[in-house]
Amino acid sequence: MNDSNQKKGQQSSKARLRHTRLSGLEPLVITPELGFVNIGERTNVTGSAKFKRLILDGKYDEAIEVALQQVENGAQIIDVNMDEGLLDSEEAMVTFLNLIAAEPDIARVPVMVDSSKFSVIEAGLRCLQGKGVVNSISLKEGEEAFLEQARRVRRYGAAVVVMAFDEKGQADTAERMVECLERAYRLLTDEAGFAPEDIIFDPNIFPVATGMDEHNNYSMEFINATRELKQRFPHCHVSGGVSNMSFSFRGNNVVREAMHSVFLYHATKAGMDMGIVNAGQLEVYDDIDPELRELVEDVVLNRRDDATERLLEAADRYKGEGKQQEKDEAWREKSVAERLKYSLVKGIDKYIVEDTEEARQQHASSLEVIEGPLMDGMNYVGDLFGDGRMFLPQVVKSARVMKKAVAHLVPYLEKEKKVGEKKGKILMATVKGDVHDIGKNIVGVVLACNGFDIVDLGVMVPTEKILAEARKQDVDVIGLSGLITPSLDEMVSVAEAMNSENFELPLMIGGATTSRAHTALRIDPCYPHGVVWVKDASRSVDVARKLASTTHRGDYTAGIREEYEQFRERQSQRKTRKPLASLAKARENSLRLDFSAQPLQAPSKPGLHVIESWPLDDLVDYIDWTPFFRTWELAGRFPDILEDEVVGEAASSLYDDAREMLERIVKERWLTARGVCILAPANSEGDDVLLYTDESREEVLERLVCLRQQGAKSGPNLCLADFVAPVGSGVPDWAGLFAVTAGLGIEEAQKRLPKDDDYADIMLKALADRLAEALAEALHRKVRTDLWGYASDEKLDSQSLIEEAYHGIRPAPGYPACPDHSEKTKIFDLLDAPGRVGMTLTESFAMLPTAAVSGYYFGHPESKYFVVGKLDRDQVEDYARRKDISLEQAEKFLRPNLAY
Amino acid sequence: MKTLPWHDPERVNSLLHHLGQRILVLDGAMGTMIQAEKLGEADYRGDRFGDHTDDLKGNNDLLSLTRPELIADIHRRFLAAGCDLVETNTFNANRISQADYALEALAGEINLASAKLARKVCDEVTATNPERPRFVVGVIGPTNRTASISPDVSNPGYRAVTFADLVETYREAVRGLLDGGADLLMIETIFDTLNAKAAIFAVQDEFEARQEHWPLLISGTITDASGRTLSGQTPEAFYYSIAHAAPLATGFNCALGADQLKPHVRALARVANCLVTAHPNAGLPNEFGEYDESPEQMASVVESYAAEGLVNIIGGCCGTTPEHLQAIVEAVSRHAPRPFEELKAA
Repeated sequence: MNDSNQKKGQQSSKARLRHTRLSGLEPLVITPELGFVNIGERTNVTGSAKFKRLILDGKYDEAIEVALQQVENGAQIIDVNMDEGLLDSEEAMVTFLNLIAAEPDIARVPVMVDSSKFSVIEAGLRCLQGKGVVNSISLKEGEEAFLEQARRVRRYGAAVVVMAFDEKGQADTAERMVECLERAYRLLTDEAGFAPEDIIFDPNIFPVATGMDEHNNYSMEFINATRELKQRFPHCHVSGGVSNMSFSFRGNNVVREAMHSVFLYHATKAGMDMGIVNAGQLEVYDDIDPELRELVEDVVLNRRDDATERLLEAADRYKGEGKQQEKDEAWREKSVAERLKYSLVKGIDKYIVEDTEEARQQHASSLEVIEGPLMDGMNYVGDLFGDGRMFLPQVVKSARVMKKAVAHLVPYLEKEKKVGEKKGKILMATVKGDVHDIGKNIVGVVLACNGFDIVDLGVMVPTEKILAEARKQDVDVIGLSGLITPSLDEMVSVAEAMNSENFELPLMIGGATTSRAHTALRIDPCYPHGVVWVKDASRSVDVARKLASTTHRGDYTAGIREEYEQFRERQSQRKTRKPLASLAKARENSLRLDFSAQPLQAPSKPGLHVIESWPLDDLVDYIDWTPFFRTWELAGRFPDILEDEVVGEAASSLYDDAREMLERIVKERWLTARGVCILAPANSEGDDVLLYTDESREEVLERLVCLRQQGAKSGPNLCLADFVAPVGSGVPDWAGLFAVTAGLGIEEAQKRLPKDDDYADIMLKALADRLAEALAEALHRKVRTDLWGYASDEKLDSQSLIEEAYHGIRPAPGYPACPDHSEKTKIFDLLDAPGRVGMTLTESFAMLPTAAVSGYYFGHPESKYFVVGKLDRDQVEDYARRKDISLEQAEKFLRPNLAY
Repeated sequence: MKTLPWHDPERVNSLLHHLGQRILVLDGAMGTMIQAEKLGEADYRGDRFGDHTDDLKGNNDLLSLTRPELIADIHRRFLAAGCDLVETNTFNANRISQADYALEALAGEINLASAKLARKVCDEVTATNPERPRFVVGVIGPTNRTASISPDVSNPGYRAVTFADLVETYREAVRGLLDGGADLLMIETIFDTLNAKAAIFAVQDEFEARQEHWPLLISGTITDASGRTLSGQTPEAFYYSIAHAAPLATGFNCALGADQLKPHVRALARVANCLVTAHPNAGLPNEFGEYDESPEQMASVVESYAAEGLVNIIGGCCGTTPEHLQAIVEAVSRHAPRPFEELKAA
């Protein structure tokens, strides 16, 4: 074919060929006529708290619904991100993509595989039959790594988002953005075989109006970079995550949406043609209030020095309905019923006694006050909670106010000899062997607020006592709670005992390790009079109401029973689901680290270390607050959660209260933080880790028995023993054990709290838990930098600690990498935790005090947390042999992990 | 980017030259021809597999080892009919499909032997008329597993085969085909595009390892009237998903007769940035599972492809015999190939 022919023919087709052509089941050709391409943002665990929860809970059915809604709402591409520390991100990505591949209404659009980990991206690409997009790669790690990743992406046939990030850091000026991206473009087209139309630039959208002057021009930098990039590289696209720019106005959707709209208006004019957005929430540029638009435009375009202040000043006026903070006391002017309601909803106890007294004088009896204005107020609280407009900490505060009001009325009630009618009586207990009660207490409070009479038997309650009390107190429902996995078996025993003793009361099941699956498969078949799993406190009211009602109970439990039966059926069909590798095969595929290449240094201070009392104020900075909010059923990452649009207000107020109590705990030394650890010579033998008495490595001090992943995997099948140099390798490796608590003295501390204040009680326990975790983190750091000392130059801020950006791990028995709680006995015995620290284990291996952490130390730089997952019989048999226990016992310890 | 050199630039140039001149014809149905021989279990086994535990009847690819002359003869008959491109007898010559016969270990050997066989016959025939070179197309079948569809309706997330397994399986087949002397590779009868992407991955890995490359044909299959692949893609989406392989030609084969296949080939041709190929069945199977469209009937429909300027390469799939192909050769010889603007010599 000669040259001139070729040129002629190309004219028309060239233009066509330069369009980006993606596909799911159907094609997506990005032509100029298509306009701005919406990339759905909600199937992203880092961006959507709801989606994250669904994935963490394994509710893939509902997660698929989220994807479907996005596509129905007009997303032309869906972004899928599974970057979450608690997840096996690769597995979650694969599971989710495989599931949506089976939904033609979702699979019709292309997928954007989004992760900061390339291994996750690659796992995702292996599931896409269509041409998707990778989000993202960058020059952060240099050219070689960039090209390696780019070539891989190309081999899977995907388009790519490149982020403006290079060895020098993330670009924040137009000049740097263009510099980074131009360099990336050259490499992609010259070296990695990318067509220009398969390249999407993300120049970085940063927050503006943060109060920092150097941030004021960020939007303009993006817009200017976009214009320049589109001019130089007309076939490429420019994209970005838009909602980031309005970050400082969290909680004010009117202003945020106006900012997004103004930003997009100018950025799209400059050539931005794709974006990760919530399309349903975009304000039309022309519909923005002209005054607000002007103010926002000043900020986005950085037109005047006082733009941020002016927008901040005006922002409150544009807050959504009902968001106005009433700092004044205008509500005091309202009727007494209104004031009571207000106090209950807001959790204000300042006026509650005087208002209650005023109401009492207006009503014929005290009971009328309770059943009238107070219950009206609490019902309103219940409604708001049910609608997700109030959150748990607020409800608990409301309950505190209610209790105060009722306490004021009690003497009068007794005089009037009238007893309020209760909705039902519920027995609550944490089962035998388990000591965790925060969740149970929360549910108790919520139910009490909703008019239920609660009989709380506390923790470690034996089955006989539960049954005896249930009879004696004539309760309507029994509620069982537990946090650790052995409690699951305990609940089964309670259900069996209820059956053999001819109980007919319905049973509610709750707590962190309980699940619909366990309840349906194990508990429900043991007891025919209604077993209901309750997901969280917010669901408990509705369930309790139905179970306590003699008219509704039958239909309701029959419905649940049918649901569980169906679940069991589905489960039995699913049995063959994931073929597991045999133990032999999994071992063949173990992680083989090269220990001799860079042997870990021997500890500078080997042996046993006792920490008599770690200063509490030193631990405050180590606190990871995110799980604290989870305890209170508030979803989101700290500190973002404080400014979250939905729960921000509740979270901030909870946080203030927590800091206040924390200050007292520290200042008045309410609690003692104590711990013990040991660093010992160690080598692995198969899947066991041997700890030796001394460096001659002749006498075994303890054999830690570990479990290996058996799932079919692209990577190695991991086992904790893989992180320790094998016996016979000639490498003198080391490992450690630790046990810490921050719960010493908690009973005395409880006495300092106001009487009957559940809010304060739950708060104290939750803070003690956090301090124990903080101590574990602080001690681990001391081990790395001093006692073991392999990272003596490590300098990390608390966020990096929380994100575990250091070498070495401290896995704890009972957690995903080593799910058998019973291994804790070895740690406790070897460290003499009872004698040295005052920590003990219950018969189900729960730790006392409850605010405690115990586990192992592994120091190899490649060691990491992982999920052992399902185990097949061959491994469980092997495990039983190695632990020298019966198969039956091993199965009991590993019940939730059994695949058979 | 530095493009890998052709393995045999001279042959590729010759192929491109002829593609510029006329519509090239791919051969017909190996399976149909073997079926007509009415072979028994013993024929498949030969001496070498006399003691093999599993039944081997129906393992057509194995005949390249046990009855090489029979396969060579079928190649010869298609070439005599005027075909330019001969497909190796390797549709199921991969570890996954051969597992049905407990012959996984033979996957590499069958590919090597089949490619050598086709190579030998093509060279013989080319020698008789060097002006009309014949080319060996190394066939990579889909395997009998799907990478993006669950075989278990109640468990949609399950997969019977992984991408990585497929890459390994295809790579072994590709090695045999290239070592045996294939001029081109063809990933064909693609019912699941993710399988094809794994095959592309394997092919490119192998090219990279050898630091040279071969022309590639990629042919999907549209299984029913919905006009989509079995895995649910439209023709356009299918093409965009495999375009990164930079195939010499792409198209469809099998499943439908030439008549029903045509709109789908047309849809593909509209968007394809490469040559277009098609090899339809001889009509739809009748109630006995036989294809009964006559050579004349089929040739007249295929001629309409050519007249429309739709294709560069045409051939036959199930049910097509040397007689069908002879009629097709004659019919398309009257028409110019699909014009193409950019035939990458890269």
